[in-house]
Parts: sequence; C-alpha cells; structure tokens
Amino acid sequence: MKVLVTVKRVIDYHVRVRVRADGSDVDLSNVKMAANPFCEIAVEEAVRMKEKGWVSEIVAVSIGPADAGEQLRAALALGADSAILIETDKPAEPLAVARLLAALCEREQPDLVIMGKQSIDTDHNQAGQMLAALNGWPQATFASAIEREGDELLVTREMDGGLRTLRLAPPAVITTDLRLNEPRFASLPNIMKARQKPLASLTPDALGVAIEPHVRLLSVSEPPLRKAGIKVADVAELVTRLKTDAKVIP
Amino acid sequence: MSILVIAEHDNQTLNFNTHKVISAAKQLQGEIHLLVMGHDCAAVGEQGSRLAGVTRVLLANDALYQHQLAEPCAALVSRLATEYRHVLAPASTFGKDMLPRAAALLGVGMVADVVAIESEDIFVRPVYAGNALARVQSLDAVSLLTIRPAAFDAAAESGEPVPVEKLAAVPVENSSRFERDELSVSERPELTSARVVVSGGRGLGTKEQFALLEQLADKLNAAIGASRAAVDAGLADNAQQVGQTGKIVAPELYIAVGISGAIQHLAGIKDARVIVAINKDEDAPIFEVADYGLVADLFDVLPELIDKL
Repeated sequence: MKVLVTVKRVIDYHVRVRVRADGSDVDLSNVKMAANPFCEIAVEEAVRMKEKGWVSEIVAVSIGPADAGEQLRAALALGADSAILIETDKPAEPLAVARLLAALCEREQPDLVIMGKQSIDTDHNQAGQMLAALNGWPQATFASAIEREGDELLVTREMDGGLRTLRLAPPAVITTDLRLNEPRFASLPNIMKARQKPLASLTPDALGVAIEPHVRLLSVSEPPLRKAGIKVADVAELVTRLKTDAKVIP
Repeated sequence: MSILVIAEHDNQTLNFNTHKVISAAKQLQGEIHLLVMGHDCAAVGEQGSRLAGVTRVLLANDALYQHQLAEPCAALVSRLATEYRHVLAPASTFGKDMLPRAAALLGVGMVADVVAIESEDIFVRPVYAGNALARVQSLDAVSLLTIRPAAFDAAAESGEPVPVEKLAAVPVENSSRFERDELSVSERPELTSARVVVSGGRGLGTKEQFALLEQLADKLNAAIGASRAAVDAGLADNAQQVGQTGKIVAPELYIAVGISGAIQHLAGIKDARVIVAINKDEDAPIFEVADYGLVADLFDVLPELIDKL
C-alpha cells in the first residue's frame, strides 16, 4: 500500500500570535514556524503502518512557500521515503489544497492519504473531507485508532458523544486526531540520511490547478478582552461572590 | 432565496445544537428549511417542525442515513444546496465531517465555525485557537457555513407544526461503513449546552481524585469537562476535552480546577460568562481570564467548596 501524508508549515503552537496594526492579518514575520501538530501525528501513523508491513511507500507532501521544504525534510527524517513540495506563496484555501492534492493523487496513485484533522493556524478542518469528495473516496475523520482487517481498514473516530468505528476499503482519506499516537523525534543519523532522500518541487500550474479564492479575508482583529478578575481570599469569599456579585448560583 | 439547516440528531431526539443553528439562520434573509437525514427518525422531523422560525421540514428517512455518515449525507446536501442561498450545519463533529465534503462536491468554499453573522455574505470566525477573529466574505453563490453553537442562543420550540416533506435517498458509491459506536454514558447535562461546567486538569493527579469533581458537579447540576492534559493522563474521557481541539463551551459558570490554562484550553472557554479558577500556582495563565481566582491547593479547598454550596 502506498501512502501520501500531508504536512503543513504553520506558526509554532507555543507562540502567542499578534494581529497586525492595520488589521490585515496576524503578524507572521520573525515568528517561529513548525509542522502542524496534527500533521506530525499523520506522519507518525504512516511510519508505524510501514513498520507493521502494511505500507510499502510513504510520500510526504506540503503546499506552501519554499521554506516548507524544512518540514518535508523533517518528515523524511522520520521515515517518509520521498517528498513533494507544491510551491506557492499564495495562501491556499482548503478547497484549493484539496484540488492540488487530488491532482497529485492522479499522478502518484496512493492507496491512502493521511492528513491532520485541522491546521492550528486557520482552524478550518476541511481539506481532508474535501479531498475525499473530489476523489470520490470514503473518509474517516478525527481518527484515534487505525486497525487492518484483510484489505480493509477499521478506523475509530472521536465524536462528540464518544467513539465510532468505521470500516473503509482503500483508496480512502483519513484525518488524524490528537490521540492517534505520540509522534517520535528524529535521530541525528536519520536527519543526515534524510538529506539524501528525494524532495521534488512542483507548482500548481504544473498540476493544472488554478488557485482561486472562494472566501476572501476582509480583516483580522483581536478577540474582545475579558475584564480583569479578582483573587479571592478563601472558599467563603468565593461562594459569596458567586452568589451576590455574579449571581450564577442560588 | 431560502436557507437550508441540517439537523443533528440520534434518530429519536433533535440535538440542541440544531436549535442554535436555527437562531443563527434567523439572522439571514429567507425561509428556513430543516433537513433531517436519518432512519426511523419521523419523531425528529416532528420535533423539527415545531421549532420557531422553521417553515418546512425535509425528511430523508432511509436506512442509508441511519448513522449519518459523511458520504451519503454530503451527497444529498450537495444535491439540495443549489436551490438555496445558505446551507448551515452545527460545528460539531457531525457538521465538520459532512459539510466540507458537500462543499467540495459542489465546488464551493466553506466557512467553518462561524461566531457572528454580519450580512448575507460576511461572517466572523475565530482563527489561531481563538487568538484572533477573522472577518471573511464568502464569494460563492451558495454559502456553506458551520455554526459554533456556543456563540448563538437557542431557537424556541414554538408548538406550531409546519409541513414535513419526504425526500428520496441519493445512493452513493465508495462509502465508509458503520462498524460500532462506543458512546460515553452520562446522566449529566451535555457539556456544550450545560449552564454550569466543572473542569479538571492534570492537577487532580489520579482518576480517583478526578472523581472529586463529581460531587461538586452534583451540587451545581453541572457537566464535567477536562483539559487535554487530564485526558492524555487518562483521568477523563476524550469526549470531555474542552479546548481548541475538543469542545467549545459557553456556560454561565465555568469552574477550572487544577488547570493551568494553555491557550488551546482557553480557546474553548473564552465565552463563558463567569470563569472561576482554583490553582495553587498563582502565575498560572488561567488567572488572566478568571473572574474569580482562588490560589490554593485544590485538595484543601474542594471539600470545603462542596460543603458550602
């Protein structure tokens, strides 16, 4: 089975973002970037599937600026066999990402695409579902466990009310939730070896996909600040405040 | 043109998220049609027909929709959507799974997790774990939106039933198949609609100690939530996680016990009316958003708090 796994370069999740003074977007200059945490989980899962002998080849893909090559090298160091960067400086919306990946699926013919459930910058949670639709494949989103039964996959999903298990026949799209696995760190020898692995670069034009906007960003603002609260001295004061000031308990 | 709202339900009862989405739909122009996809779900259609604001219920009652899987639901929604100006679904795991698939089938974009509606094509949504709000304009002829339930009031159940129209199923190829559910059983109010939420973090230490929160929740008729750290440490269920990657809550009262307040957690509670934090670390970030903070060892003060309520 051949797996395509996607990696998005995003702001590091420890960084507290700031909105630009002109309100045009958040300020990403001189900010630490990293692989989206859900994508790291996707790469880890692909590597574990390869270690179990389910998967023969892993191709890591990223869509973004040339710098995203850094995140692809990291995926290669973790066990991906080759990588493809679809280079664009335009911010690609989920539908554009799905179209680019669908075109890439035509070329690469993977049996499975594993993606993160959402990127922590735009918080869309759409691209995986959209790719599955464009390819006409089944989908299993928010996966917390993947098992194999013959030629089919049993994917347990995290839902609002608990867990649900679906059965899928590849080709399919799976998106990862936090509890699917604990991503490993790359060892130094593997980081060195990753430099020799193939990293190809493509453009949206080469894939025959035009990136057109469907949703325009008008402005970005800081969320309203909560009024500073107070520290109470003890439980008695807390209960009194909740009863008489906030009136949230009888 | 009209608005299509997709109902969330378990084939017997309409989920409260639907009431929230209906009230969001009322801020747009047009008749509101409610789509119920399920199996043996006539009762849900009947409940939907009594929601204030709904003018028609479309009932797709077929075994194909029994588990509301993304593939068949998105196929039906994308077929109906061309008749509408807006299609709305809750930003729950159901809506997030299904609506992007319908959008791609239609070849349109989607606006996720809408917290405010400015006009028929301008919407506000949080980005970067709620650390910024983006105003966006949908450029498509039909706007597909998932609505953050916590950001809207619930529509009333008016009691004036409207017509229920039956729809035929749209068959799909290459669908996933339902295998089994393991639902978390709880007698407590549902996390996202509870008036009071009591949440625990890793500070509670063990599963037994986490159970201390139950006594507090009993006193307040509260739902019990958890931070990601508490879930990862095995103290609480996945379905209880509150935050950017878990549930977004907006209760009247949120009590955070032993939670430091990582930005991913704060993203899930910012809209609570009153936040109480109990933590022994006075520098914990949770105190920056708490209306009432108590710096104390939670094991010292929890029994006293339970006693005094």
